[in-house]
Amino acid sequence: MPMIELMDVSKNLGGKQVLDHMSLTVEEGETKVIIGRSGVGKSVTLKHIVRLMEPDGGQVRVQGRDVLALKGKDLSELHRQIGMVFQGGALFDSLTVGENVGFVLREQMSMKTVDIEQRVKESLALVGLYNVEEVMPADLSGGMRKRVALARAICTRPKIILYDEPTTGVDPITADAINLLIDELHDKLKVTSIVVTHDMRSAYKVADRIAMLYQGKIIAEGTPDEMRYAHNPYVHQFITGAAHGPITEGQSSIVKNSID
Amino acid sequence: MTIRKGFYVSIGNKILNFFSFFAGLARLGVQTLLLIPVRPYGARRVFEQASKIGIDSFPIVSLVSFFIGVILALQTAYIMQKMSSEIYIASIVAVSLTRELGPVITALIVAGRSGAGITAELGTMAVTEQVDALQTLGSHPVKYLVVPRFLSLTVMLPVLTVFANAIGIFGGYLIGVYRLSIRSSLYMNMTFQTLVYKDLYTGLIKTVFFGMIIAIVACFEGLTVKGGAEGVGKATTRSVVNTFILIIAADCFFTALFYFFLE
Repeated sequence: MPMIELMDVSKNLGGKQVLDHMSLTVEEGETKVIIGRSGVGKSVTLKHIVRLMEPDGGQVRVQGRDVLALKGKDLSELHRQIGMVFQGGALFDSLTVGENVGFVLREQMSMKTVDIEQRVKESLALVGLYNVEEVMPADLSGGMRKRVALARAICTRPKIILYDEPTTGVDPITADAINLLIDELHDKLKVTSIVVTHDMRSAYKVADRIAMLYQGKIIAEGTPDEMRYAHNPYVHQFITGAAHGPITEGQSSIVKNSID
Repeated sequence: MTIRKGFYVSIGNKILNFFSFFAGLARLGVQTLLLIPVRPYGARRVFEQASKIGIDSFPIVSLVSFFIGVILALQTAYIMQKMSSEIYIASIVAVSLTRELGPVITALIVAGRSGAGITAELGTMAVTEQVDALQTLGSHPVKYLVVPRFLSLTVMLPVLTVFANAIGIFGGYLIGVYRLSIRSSLYMNMTFQTLVYKDLYTGLIKTVFFGMIIAIVACFEGLTVKGGAEGVGKATTRSVVNTFILIIAADCFFTALFYFFLE
């Protein structure tokens, strides 16, 4: 049974068909990277998995359970099984790093303060951070914010981790450190992961399989090597980062028409 | 023809927006009321908000109420001196403050200060995905963010109004006694003889509803922000303007209600 299944999912946002009968399967223990241009619906896909969004049509299944049918405690249980790392970290500004990381343990589980502190320390150590529990998020660098966000996501020891653009906005060295961290967490915690990115270096480094999203559908999927040497012109243009090709052809003509 | 069509479409959109705004407020209000008794109660967050909204607003509410008391006494004196009836200044100041000015001015100050702050805070949380993060961490955003603000505003606004009334009356007292030479004991007598319990509680009942209006409008505008920093700015302005209008409208409604059913 696949860990995550999106079947025929459609979503229209503000008149734009972001997902158009999109299907995606992620097996247990797999790290799947979804690539695609900005605004193509990668983050929207992740939001459907944690039910931050509901599809107009289709089905989303996590561990075989229909996400849309979950309510109350079952939905909370789903959220505990999934850790999500947001693009900008989405750390709570008014809480310290320690309070951010231990948020779920304090708010949702009846754990003793000592145990919470211990778990927070362990989670921060897993992402390579020490003695930062009392620091406020505003005093952290971009890379550290991402690490804290990751520590918060793994604090409940989830079975699934969703990464939304984990290397966006950080320098190449920090980006590489985050990639290593994703790999390490995958090995240590045996999690299933989905990484959404348009950073191909990151994609090749962390992916077991890569799927490309274009015009609301997965148009190609394969291992990093299969994608690297794919003959599909859309995939080829995207992974080589070429300005001209089938993806930008339509847009070029629109720009040209508006200039004319 | 196209211009006329565009005009009608824009009117139609405005009407739709008006109704969807009230539908949104009603939905958030009902959701908030239903989530109050749900665990975890979050008492610490309620106290934090109560301190932020109540204690931190106290200096500005006191200052403005004091000036309102002084202004009211001076303006009333302008007419009353002509009729040699300065003694009634005490009664007019006390009744005007407790029934009307105290509750409304306090609500408007809190709406401008705390309501705007709530919208800006929640709006920033919404655009930086902190509200989404709350949900993925298993917390209900309305329970975690709206309920504490709703409870603290509903409780703290009447408390602040009691202080505002007292300080406003004191402002009027200073003018009456030290500027218009009314005997201190006579001023106090005229204040407390005129005031009846109904003046106090009708004023305070209104503030409970004003508190609810400020909380729901401010949170609604904050949680529905779209479009980054500019969106937060626009939502904050909209929140203050809409709250002011709704407070005045609710005041009109309650004044009429009390006039027809409690007089």
